[in-house]
Amino acid sequence: MLKHTDLLTKVYGVPNGWSLAAYEQHATGYRSAKRVLTSMTTEQCVAEAKKANIRGRGGAGFPMGVKWSFMKPHPTKPAYLVVNADEGEPGTHKDRTLMEQNPHACIEGCIIACFGIGAHIAYIYVRDELHLSKQRLNDAINEAHAKGYLGKNPFGTDYAVEVVVHSGAGAYICGEETSMLNSLEGKRGEPRMKPPFPAQAGAFGCPTTVNNLETVAACPVAFEMGCEEFSKLSALHHMNDGGVRLYGLNGHVNKPCVVELACGPTINELINDVGGGVLGGRGVMCVIPGGSSTPILRPSETVNAPDEKSPMHAWHGKSVFDVPLGVDTMRGCGTMLGTCCITVLADGTDPVMALQNLMYFYHHESCGQCTPCREGSAWLDRTVTKILDGHGTMADVGSLHDIANNIMGNTICAFGEGTAMPALAFIQKFRKELEAYVTGEKKRKDARLTLADDVWGSVGAR
Amino acid sequence: MPFALTPERETAFQELQSRYPTKMALCLPLLHLAQDQNGYVSEDVIAFVAQRLDLSSAHVKGVVTFYTLYNQKPVGKHQVWVCRTLPCALRGAYDVIEHCEKKLGIKCGETTSDGKITLRTAECLASCGTAPMMQVDKEYFENLTPKSVDEILQKLQRS
Ligand SMILES: Cc1cc2nc3c(=O)[nH]c(=O)nc-3n(C[C@H](O)[C@H](O)[C@H](O)COP(=O)(O)O)c2cc1C
Ligand code: SF4
Ligand code: FES
Repeated sequence: MLKHTDLLTKVYGVPNGWSLAAYEQHATGYRSAKRVLTSMTTEQCVAEAKKANIRGRGGAGFPMGVKWSFMKPHPTKPAYLVVNADEGEPGTHKDRTLMEQNPHACIEGCIIACFGIGAHIAYIYVRDELHLSKQRLNDAINEAHAKGYLGKNPFGTDYAVEVVVHSGAGAYICGEETSMLNSLEGKRGEPRMKPPFPAQAGAFGCPTTVNNLETVAACPVAFEMGCEEFSKLSALHHMNDGGVRLYGLNGHVNKPCVVELACGPTINELINDVGGGVLGGRGVMCVIPGGSSTPILRPSETVNAPDEKSPMHAWHGKSVFDVPLGVDTMRGCGTMLGTCCITVLADGTDPVMALQNLMYFYHHESCGQCTPCREGSAWLDRTVTKILDGHGTMADVGSLHDIANNIMGNTICAFGEGTAMPALAFIQKFRKELEAYVTGEKKRKDARLTLADDVWGSVGAR
Repeated sequence: MPFALTPERETAFQELQSRYPTKMALCLPLLHLAQDQNGYVSEDVIAFVAQRLDLSSAHVKGVVTFYTLYNQKPVGKHQVWVCRTLPCALRGAYDVIEHCEKKLGIKCGETTSDGKITLRTAECLASCGTAPMMQVDKEYFENLTPKSVDEILQKLQRS
């Protein structure tokens, strides 16, 4: 059941909703941060945070409170919070709305998270293109400073907190947490080998927690209502997947949007009840469930979990589109939850052209450190393009599978899997369509990603 | 002439310094400030950044070449970036690109002969729910239609 909430989004659309005045009137108004800093110990803060069952909103779904608990005070080194607002995963458009429309929740969240992990500085790493987001965050920081919520003595305590907005410079890979740390340090944004993990040696060689912006921004409301209560709002509370989150909807739907819902809506509910259905009343060819690195799902796929002990058994035999979206449920469907921003491809869209678009992206964005990723992403792009252009052979179609498999598990960072997994899903689920380009049944000139009755659909033949 | 920041940017740079524990961390912010002023990162800018932050020019160059938003060559007065990634492509990005190329008489990656507009493609700009979209200098234009694209380009051409 779809459950609309407005814990993070109440100020969206309010005149000057991004101001401190609006934040005080409609939202937590820094009361949560004040309570945490004036009445809790670090241990209490982390124990409370764990109860929220906030699964990282950046894509991997790691439990926030558990990540915080990895931070141990270092005898000589300071700790840092690095907030990931790089929002570069294709199809993801949620963090930007928080920064533009509810920046104070981001700042208040930083104060709570800093306290929880023992840091006195939070760096919010925002991709450079989001100029309005950076402006709104900086304005919010200035307002919070003026009120004495940030600085040397927030809320009259001696727990100093500063928040710094740091600009990226155009590189998708800088969303990967260790790449982001190198970038923050003033280096090329190349991912680091793990271990050491950021909690041991992160920013500037010091203990660091990297959290997604929405993860952090959820803290003020969670702490205000009580973290356990917050978790219980979710349909998947019993699977330790708690609270509310932002869901994005894009692609071929009537009403693309970002909405806040209790965790656990289904794909069908999102497309039909939130998105007003597919453009022109068409059927769905497939969806990308949570950013382009998450493998596609088709409506004809069903859950196969006959074993009563399987956590997926409750949905045995049902369409994957009727399974509540959660970190573990999507894993159970053979994909990933990712960023909770869904891309819908309507019937009639060309899946080979879609795959080519994505492989171009990964080829373009590979940082080039690891040979399997650098060469593999280039090879996937070239081979799919060759097939789409009508120059491919059946052997080329078969080779896609091998190229993708050679990337998996052989790279420094998860970009490699993020390239290979969606490629493998397309190859497996649309093999016939790929082959149709080899036999000549399909031609690039007829392929399209747009729909004929959409705004640009009638302009070209694409 | 060696590069130097304007007094306002110099002040902005001074303010940034207290926010980071190392000088190297100022590399990206200082390059942004310098490019804002100079339009692109010239050899002089690289020398300036290296000198101010006690870095080798090889380090600074390595940084500049890694990130797509540092211009390594002079660019037009205005930057137009059309997002081409799948969610935008589903709503017409390829057609937006073709439309812009026709209207401006240039291909992506090129600058108009009067030096006014550089046209490029971009990868997903976190605006997929309002696709198709493009970025012009520091501003986003979303839910593009043929009419709105024409208006945006005409305004730039007149500026
Ligand atoms: C290639 C790649 C790109 C990523 N991009 C982003 C991003 O844009 N935003 C984000 O929050 N996390 C991104 N991540 C995930 C981060 O590495 C990290 O898991 C996340 O910021 C942790 O925060 P969370 O636990 O709060 O989700 C990316 C990961 C990879 C491998
Ligand atoms: S997997 Fe790809 S993006 Fe990640 S470090 Fe290796 S080459 Fe770079
Ligand atoms: S795909 Fe264009 S903004 Fe995301």
